[in-house]
Amino acid sequence: MTLALNTELDVAALGLRQVNRALKATESGQFVVRNPKGAHALACGLQHPVEIEIDGPVGYYAAGMNQRAQITIHGNAGTGVAENMMSGTVRVRGNASQSAGATAHGGLLVIEGHASARCGISMKGVDIVVGGSVGHMAAFMGQAGRMVVLGDAGEGFGDSLYEARLYVRGTVAALGADCIAKEMREEHHSELAQLLTRAGLDADPSAFTRYGSARRLYNFEIDDPNAPEEPR
Amino acid sequence: MSEQARPPRTVPRPSASFDEYTLSEIRRAAATGLYDIRGGGAKRRVPCFDDLVLLGASMSRYPLEGYREACATDVVLGGRFASKPLHLQIPITIAGMSFGSLSAQAKEALGRGASAMGTSTTTGDGGMTDEERSHSSLLVYQYLPSRYGMNPDDLRRADAIEVVVGQGAKPGGGGMLLGQKISPRVAEMRTLPEGVDQRSACRHPDWTGPDDLEIKIRELREITDWQKPIYVKVGAARPYYDTALAVKAGADVVVVDGMQGGTAATQEVFIEHVGIPTLPAVREAVRALKELTMHRKVQLVVSGGIRSGADVAKALAMGADAVSIGSAALVALGDQDPALEAEYQALGTTAGAYDDWHEGRDPAGITTSDPELGQRLDPVKAGRRLKNYLQVMTMELQTLARANGKSHVLNLEPEDLAALTIEAAAMAGVPLAGTDWIPGR
Repeated sequence: MTLALNTELDVAALGLRQVNRALKATESGQFVVRNPKGAHALACGLQHPVEIEIDGPVGYYAAGMNQRAQITIHGNAGTGVAENMMSGTVRVRGNASQSAGATAHGGLLVIEGHASARCGISMKGVDIVVGGSVGHMAAFMGQAGRMVVLGDAGEGFGDSLYEARLYVRGTVAALGADCIAKEMREEHHSELAQLLTRAGLDADPSAFTRYGSARRLYNFEIDDPNAPEEPR
Repeated sequence: MSEQARPPRTVPRPSASFDEYTLSEIRRAAATGLYDIRGGGAKRRVPCFDDLVLLGASMSRYPLEGYREACATDVVLGGRFASKPLHLQIPITIAGMSFGSLSAQAKEALGRGASAMGTSTTTGDGGMTDEERSHSSLLVYQYLPSRYGMNPDDLRRADAIEVVVGQGAKPGGGGMLLGQKISPRVAEMRTLPEGVDQRSACRHPDWTGPDDLEIKIRELREITDWQKPIYVKVGAARPYYDTALAVKAGADVVVVDGMQGGTAATQEVFIEHVGIPTLPAVREAVRALKELTMHRKVQLVVSGGIRSGADVAKALAMGADAVSIGSAALVALGDQDPALEAEYQALGTTAGAYDDWHEGRDPAGITTSDPELGQRLDPVKAGRRLKNYLQVMTMELQTLARANGKSHVLNLEPEDLAALTIEAAAMAGVPLAGTDWIPGR
């Protein structure tokens, strides 16, 4: 199936599998996907630098495992949008449900609205920018990459964090285990400004606090009963 | 002063409750403040396939000629929804074990041995290496909670996908790889700092429960064009329900791993006290498949303590379609070899009991990520040993199947079995030998 540029694909007419097959088949071009109506696994597993506008809300795992594609969702996104993304850009014009950008290795995920629980869970290199707030356990076990939250963060923020860097403009309800506030040095202001520019969101980097791992959970503690007691 | 006769005394009597192992564990705990971590599966004796016998043929059943008549061993896994199911030549596969927990040489050897016998190997927590892909003609790609090294290119170059919900050594627990084994290559593959004690997530990050899993499986199928068989692996916790829910979620194959199944590293308390043995797990999984009329349509692979063709024959007779081996395969490669006894002694252990796999100092070069130790294992010779071992297991399996009159090993059936203990009779749902009694019926 060969598609011209600016092709419209109607999920209601073609069905999910046919739409996904068409999106995967072309190595470049622009598509508009109509009537997504909350379909699951839409535009997942794409490998080429196609540009896709999804005209409405999507279900679970939209743009999952994306490689190189530029995908904009004009609506809300269900669980796991852009999960395990490797590269490319995914933009959600609305809100995102749980586990947005889960385990993603690369690329840019922009959520212009709010993101629910576990946003960026186990993130492995992705950049995530959220225009609104994130729910509980955001960036849980985050290994690498950056997360920017223009609103507030829920409880357990950055729990068991590895090397991901987190920036929050609003308040954090409660930090998770081993997550601490850190100094904003020049390189962090610069990095944050670049992320905001890439995301197309306007905010003053100096209004943000940086959070990272205290690295106290990196290794098990093994006691030596013969060592002097540590002062309490 | 005259020497008084000493009254008779009892001999020193060790406590059954506070045996030598228990005392040593209490002392170890008191000295370190950290629970004991080790590799392997449950070491205590639990009801197992040794507690069953195959009945063989006599007046009412006719055997096949043991050395002459054909007894087929091939099995197809994944035909429910996948357009490219796996056609294995033997019903014995290699279980998931990660690069990082095992050396590159060990992974290569597993691939060589399995491929020579026409069966599959499986990746592990940490992603797929080029070495194991190139040396495994059939490679199952594990999709784990941690998603370390998980990428869609590897998903597409796998022959099947195994969604890992749990494993028998630790149902409800995540993977573990201690800092000693997080070498630069392992760290890079897992996107972790070198030397951290890596404690993997135990829950998948983007789905909870069977309804979500159904959608997740659909995503995996969309990404792989509905070609790859999708397995769901569970640790033996509640195998009746877990199997039924895996079928409901759309699995092509269900893998059930009993408590004897090994792990690279986990708390001893977890290994020995969580989950049920393989024997009752098989029976419960088969019951679920039969009630759903999905037996033989969704294949059942069982693992955990499989050592011989007899174990395979009994598992198949109970209704499994195939088995997986892990610990036994490592022994075939060279793990626990008495020839290395001096080196095991230097590590404070002995051949046959070595389980400090998490420390990465395996003198056999198998459970290590140290490139120098890994060099000790010749992957070609080790692969050949595994091929020979798989061949022997298969010949044993055929011997037993023929003795029960079966021209295909999948024709073995529960009626070919009897139990030697009441426990095994109850767990396996086969009669106690010499009776028609199945406890609970």
